[in-house]
Amino acid sequence: MNILVCVKHVPDTETAVKIGADGKSIQTQDVNFILNPYDEFALEEALKIKEAKGGEVTLITAGPEEAKKSLRTGLAMGADKAMHILCDESHDSLALAFCLAEGIKDESFDLILCGKQAMDEDNAQVPIMLADKLGLPNISAVIKLEIGDGTATAHREFEGGTEVVETSLPAVISAHKGLNEPRYASLKGIMMAKKKEIKDVSCTCAESGLEILDMAYPPSRAGGRIVGEGTDAVPELVKLLREEAKVI
Amino acid sequence: MKVLVFAEQRAGEFRKAAIEAICAARRLDGDGEVVAVVIGKGIADKAGQLAAYGADKILSIEHDLLDLYSTDGYTTSLQKAVESENPDAVLLAATAMGRDLAPRLGARLDVPVLADVTELSWVDGNLQAVRPVYAGKLMMTVKSNKTPGIATTRPKAFLASEPDQGKTASVTSFDVSLSEDDLKAKVKQIQSEAEGMIELTEADFIVSGGRGMKAAENFTVLEDLAKVLNAAIGASRAAVDSGWRTHSEQVGQTGKVVAPTLYIACGISGAIQHLAGMTSSKVIIAINKDPDAPIFKIADYGIVGDAMEVVPALTEAIKAAK
Ligand SMILES: Cc1cc2nc3c(=O)[nH]c(=O)nc-3n(C[C@H](O)[C@H](O)[C@H](O)COP(=O)(O)OP(=O)(O)OC[C@H]3O[C@@H](n4cnc5c(N)ncnc54)[C@H](O)[C@@H]3O)c2cc1C
Ligand SMILES: Nc1ncnc2c1ncn2[C@@H]1O[C@H](COP(=O)(O)O)[C@@H](O)[C@H]1O
Repeated sequence: MNILVCVKHVPDTETAVKIGADGKSIQTQDVNFILNPYDEFALEEALKIKEAKGGEVTLITAGPEEAKKSLRTGLAMGADKAMHILCDESHDSLALAFCLAEGIKDESFDLILCGKQAMDEDNAQVPIMLADKLGLPNISAVIKLEIGDGTATAHREFEGGTEVVETSLPAVISAHKGLNEPRYASLKGIMMAKKKEIKDVSCTCAESGLEILDMAYPPSRAGGRIVGEGTDAVPELVKLLREEAKVI
Repeated sequence: MKVLVFAEQRAGEFRKAAIEAICAARRLDGDGEVVAVVIGKGIADKAGQLAAYGADKILSIEHDLLDLYSTDGYTTSLQKAVESENPDAVLLAATAMGRDLAPRLGARLDVPVLADVTELSWVDGNLQAVRPVYAGKLMMTVKSNKTPGIATTRPKAFLASEPDQGKTASVTSFDVSLSEDDLKAKVKQIQSEAEGMIELTEADFIVSGGRGMKAAENFTVLEDLAKVLNAAIGASRAAVDSGWRTHSEQVGQTGKVVAPTLYIACGISGAIQHLAGMTSSKVIIAINKDPDAPIFKIADYGIVGDAMEVVPALTEAIKAAK
């Protein structure tokens, strides 16, 4: 199986994000960027499929030069090679999907795995839009995946249950938490990653159809009131819930 | 202006979030026209009820192949409706279905999608929205420069109005032709959750447990409280990763984003990734034995103590108060 895994270089969720001077972007200088956690699920799944069925795992990212760091992380986990589309766009999922589709137009893959969403702007759109650009079926946010002979069967959760979806391959499938436990890169993997190929692919990004006007901090919650300690505080809490918060 | 809303249903039941989307469209559009589109099988006679929430016109698209959701079948149907109606905006609820369908529709129409928005407005005829980004650490105001503007509305971010039974609207059936071959990815089976389970994202009350609950069986005290409140059970990632609860119950950045009236966090420290999923709750209660736990900083009311003692006492007190 020839598998492509789409990855994005995103701010670590542990780091605080601050609004940049233009009021429309974030300050990136003090932010630690990592391989998008959902993409680790996608990559882990690709590596497991490769281990079971053979083949090759290729990574791709569209992003700035620094995004190569996340490609190295993925190569260290076990991907065979990587492609990098140098581009500035990171907001418009449609433009990104267009860019990724252009970037792989000379390649062919049996399966394209993505993360469910990039933990920057939480769009959860690129995999589905990419599938459409490539004329392929998609199954999004999967928590279980089985690869058959030219087919894939995936479980995806909805409000109230789980759908078992079957598709022909090639297809674009995006990974949700629960799909697997991503491996850590071994020391050997990290050493080997340095020698693996990252191919630069050029592509003109499509113009963004979105315009960011403003970034703001959400209103902060005025919490912090300790009612008391242990079971003794329960009557007071119930009184507050009835009379002050009026929720019960 | 004209706003088209995809009114999501499963097994003939409209999603609460779909009703909220129709109400959002109604408020956004003032005197303009709101068109609701219902896709499925055997749903036409139920579609009329959407008028009570503000739909002026209802299109019902029925087909044997649309009985269950499929990305391909539903996208093709919705696209045909959009092309025929020519709306200025298209709204879908940001549910599992809407979040799958909207990007595909956007790609087909070559217009971007404003995902998971919490506010909507018009600016010079373009759709503008506020959406939480970076796991809710920032709010982005963003505008679509293309028509129609497409957005998915976050469940519970838009209030559902009281239904006005006096309002009626015509239900027109709208035909699309589909064949088996059009559906490349197909739902083979649906595994439903137990009857009577309250969906987390729709719940008004949530009782949530974390690592501090210490064992799967200790969640029975949370279930007892949940029963009294008619609440759903939630969990932190630590509780899910320990195998005590299922992933579908996880609240947070890699779980569900919830906004109940009351969220009771028991034995949950309040990590930033957990807060990402629940800080929009109206009232938050924290029960934690560590007075320095970060959850207390955002909780409206906190009790410092052992959840295994405090929760049962709370259950009894609420029962008595009812
Ligand atoms: C990329 C990424 C995504 C993540 N996504 C999520 C997510 O979606 N949701 C999520 O929840 N986490 C998520 N996490 C994990 C998060 O960082 C925390 O590890 C997790 O939320 C901790 O869960 P907890 O509060 O249950 O456990 P802990 O942090 O271990 O806290 C347990 C708490 O229980 C208290 N306690 C102990 N005993 C008792 C008792 N008897 N009675 C009362 N209190 C008691 C302790 O004082 C402590 O505060 C994510 C992490 C990463 C890196
Ligand atoms: N710039 C990008 N380069 C490569 N893959 C991407 C990029 N942006 C998003 N993706 C993929 O699409 C998934 C969902 O991203 P998003 O739609 O931005 O939330 C991510 O988890 C990645 O797998």
